[in-house]
Amino acid sequence: MNKLIRLLPLIVCLALGGVLYQGLFLNPQELPSALVGKKLPDFELSTLKNAGETVNAGDLKGKVKLLNVWATWCPSCRYEHPYLLEIAKSDRVAVFGLNYKDERGPANQWLQQLGDPYVFSIFDQQGTLGLDLGVYGAPETFVIDGDGVIRKRFAGVIDARVWQSEFLPLIEQIEAEQQGS
Amino acid sequence: MLTLFKNSKVLFSVFMLLGTLFLGSAQASPVDTYEFRDKVTEKRYQELTKELRCPKCQNQNLIDSNSPIAADLRRQVYNLLHEGKSDMEIMNYMVDRYGEFVLYRPKVNNTTYILWFGPAILLLLGFSVIIYILRRKPQVKEKQALSAEQQDKLKQILKD
Repeated sequence: MNKLIRLLPLIVCLALGGVLYQGLFLNPQELPSALVGKKLPDFELSTLKNAGETVNAGDLKGKVKLLNVWATWCPSCRYEHPYLLEIAKSDRVAVFGLNYKDERGPANQWLQQLGDPYVFSIFDQQGTLGLDLGVYGAPETFVIDGDGVIRKRFAGVIDARVWQSEFLPLIEQIEAEQQGS
Repeated sequence: MLTLFKNSKVLFSVFMLLGTLFLGSAQASPVDTYEFRDKVTEKRYQELTKELRCPKCQNQNLIDSNSPIAADLRRQVYNLLHEGKSDMEIMNYMVDRYGEFVLYRPKVNNTTYILWFGPAILLLLGFSVIIYILRRKPQVKEKQALSAEQQDKLKQILKD
C-alpha cells in the first residue's frame, strides 16, 4: 500500500504526460461538425450560372455526393481545383459546388478558365447556407449520402492523399450500406 | 534642475507603465455600427458575443475577432436578438451549426465533466495529501526516536 502511494506521483505524471503527448498530434482546426448525421439543411438559392434558376436540397442527386465550398477569394480553393476536376472525371461521386460569399461574374469566369467539376454550383452570396452548414472558411467539403444525410465534413484542401485516406473508405462504406438496403 | 530631470524621468516611466496597462486591455477589436432598439438588447448582444467563440480563430470570442466569419456570426446574433429569440435559443442556434466548440463555457455532460469538476477534485486531492502528510509526521518522529540500547550507546559516547 505504502509503495503504491509512493509510486502514485510517477503514475499520475506518466498518465498526464501521455495525455499531453497525444495532444501534440491533434489538429485544433479539425472541429467535429455538429451536422454529421443530420439532413442537409433546406435552402432556396439560385445557381451560379443562372440567377433565375433556383435549387433546393432535393436537387442534389446521386447515391454519394460531395458538396464543395469554394470561392474565388480563397487561394487554397485554386490549389484544390485540379484534383476536384479529377474526382469529377472519375464519375465515382457527383460533385456539387457551394460558391460561398463570392461574386457571380468572377466565379463564373474562374470556372470557364479552370474547368468546371461541379454538376452545378449553388450561389450563396450572403453565406446563409454556409452558416446553416457551420462553414467557417473555404475550402470545405461535405459528404452526403443518398438519403441526403451529411456523413462527413472536411475542412481543408482535398488532394490525392486526403482522398485516399479520408474520403474513399467512407464512400465505399456508404455504397455498401445503400446496396444492402 | 537635476531633480526636476529625475522627476520627469520617473513621471515618464509611470506614464509608460500606465500606458502599457491600458493598451493591454484596449486591444483593437472590430467595431460594428449596430443600432440597438434598447439598452437591454445591447447588453445581451455584448454578453452573447463574449460567450461565443469564433470557430475560425479558435481562441477569441466573437466580439474580439476580426475574421469575416466572426463578423457574420455577430450579425447573426444581432438579427436573432431582434427577431426576439432568447439567449438560450441563440446559443442553441450556434451549437446546432458549429458544435459545442462555440461555447466558451461548455455544457456539463459526459465529455466535459472532467473539465468542470477536475480542478475541484484535484484541489481536494491535494488537500487530502497535505493533511495525510501532516498527520503522519508525529509518527515518523516516534520511529526515529532512539531505542534504549542506542540511548545507552549515545550516553557512553558523550561521556567519553
